[in-house]
Amino acid sequence: MPELEPQSVLSAEIAALDGTKSESGHPLRDTPQSGHPLRDYPQSGHPLRDYPPYRSSVLRHPTHELVRLDPEEVERTSPAFGHTDVNILESDLTIQHAGEPIGERITVFGRVTDGDGRPVRNQLIEVWQANAAGRYVHKRDQHPAPLDPNFTGVGRVITGDDGSYRLTTIKPGPYPWKNHLNAWRPAHIHFSLFGTEFTQRLITQMYFPGDPLFALDPIYQSVTDPAARARLISEYVHEESTPEFSLAYRWNIVLTGSKSTWMEGEHDHD
Amino acid sequence: MTEQFQQTPSQTIGPFFAFALPYEGGAELVPGHNPLAIRLHGVVFDGAGIPIPDAIVEIWQADARGIIPEARGSLARDRYTFTGFGRDATTLGGAYNFTTVKPGPIDGRAPYVLVTIFARGLTHHLTTRAYFDDEVDLNSADALLSGLSDDRRATLVAVSDAAGSYRFDIHLQGDLETVFLDFS
Repeated sequence: MPELEPQSVLSAEIAALDGTKSESGHPLRDTPQSGHPLRDYPQSGHPLRDYPPYRSSVLRHPTHELVRLDPEEVERTSPAFGHTDVNILESDLTIQHAGEPIGERITVFGRVTDGDGRPVRNQLIEVWQANAAGRYVHKRDQHPAPLDPNFTGVGRVITGDDGSYRLTTIKPGPYPWKNHLNAWRPAHIHFSLFGTEFTQRLITQMYFPGDPLFALDPIYQSVTDPAARARLISEYVHEESTPEFSLAYRWNIVLTGSKSTWMEGEHDHD
Repeated sequence: MTEQFQQTPSQTIGPFFAFALPYEGGAELVPGHNPLAIRLHGVVFDGAGIPIPDAIVEIWQADARGIIPEARGSLARDRYTFTGFGRDATTLGGAYNFTTVKPGPIDGRAPYVLVTIFARGLTHHLTTRAYFDDEVDLNSADALLSGLSDDRRATLVAVSDAAGSYRFDIHLQGDLETVFLDFS
């Protein structure tokens, strides 16, 4: 096991790979000192698959260019889910046990749309997260923080006809990991989403505004386009908070998929 | 596309999904005793050739007649309806195993199973297609397969390794790197 590097080494690598737009609006193509050619950040808004500051990516990214092709029927469709798959109570992560979980109760809500703003309706969202102390119910999570007998941290919800979703949960805590020395993940909730076509399939993480760990975290920073990165952060919405009960965060999600989405039959969209 | 509806970026699935994403029956699209049942299996490898024990593999496919399923029930299977979707977490040996049917051709084209891989270290999932080695004629007419070198094409073809069984290994990196696809 190599000795873990300090945050300063990681932060320098992160800075070297961060996307910066020139005045013309095109990404700069300078060669940073790290020896990795600075790539244009992906116009897709997605992270770099080859992102060395996230050490686990080094042996897990393809080195060939992905082969671009037009989607066929299989890619232009998606499995259907509904209330026969997901109990309506699964959207509340605070009622799965006999008692109330420890922590800050929150509501997370928003809409799932495609790239044209059309709702992704009646589709499956799965979420999972650490508890308020930053501990996952996972046997390989070795973080010496307490498990909460009243919190598992798994939820599911089916989007409404307008693409909306609403979850009740506990604000997760940040937690340490071994990417480098003194590495901490910003608090986040994992989201898994399906669209109307499989090309829209997405697994991602939702963050909370103002987290001091953003600049230090190679997973968050693997999205090298600063504007795209910001779309991973939820927004506190006071009007949606419930008095004496919970704080509300809005997070809208966009699944653009392939460019041919617009050619699909009307039955897929409102 | 307006400023307002830009893609939400992907983030890695991370290491701690085992208590959340796998579900009972996720890898059994049909019961094993279904007369059409096949095994579609393989090992997911990293760039050092080491099996990846913390990946999720998802499949999506047409049914045996080449029809895309529209039925719900992938999460809560009734053991009768074919929904076309499956999910399996790799074992400590990096293996995944689906019980499914071989998809029929759609409009006379080579049948395939769409395969998606999520793992810690993968910042954005990867997608590929598993074609079948016993579809020689249809495969030779396939636009994707015929545009690739022999070595690269071979990474997209599941190999019959027993009666009713096809093996489809996935290499995220290296000499045997699987061809991954971009539909954007």
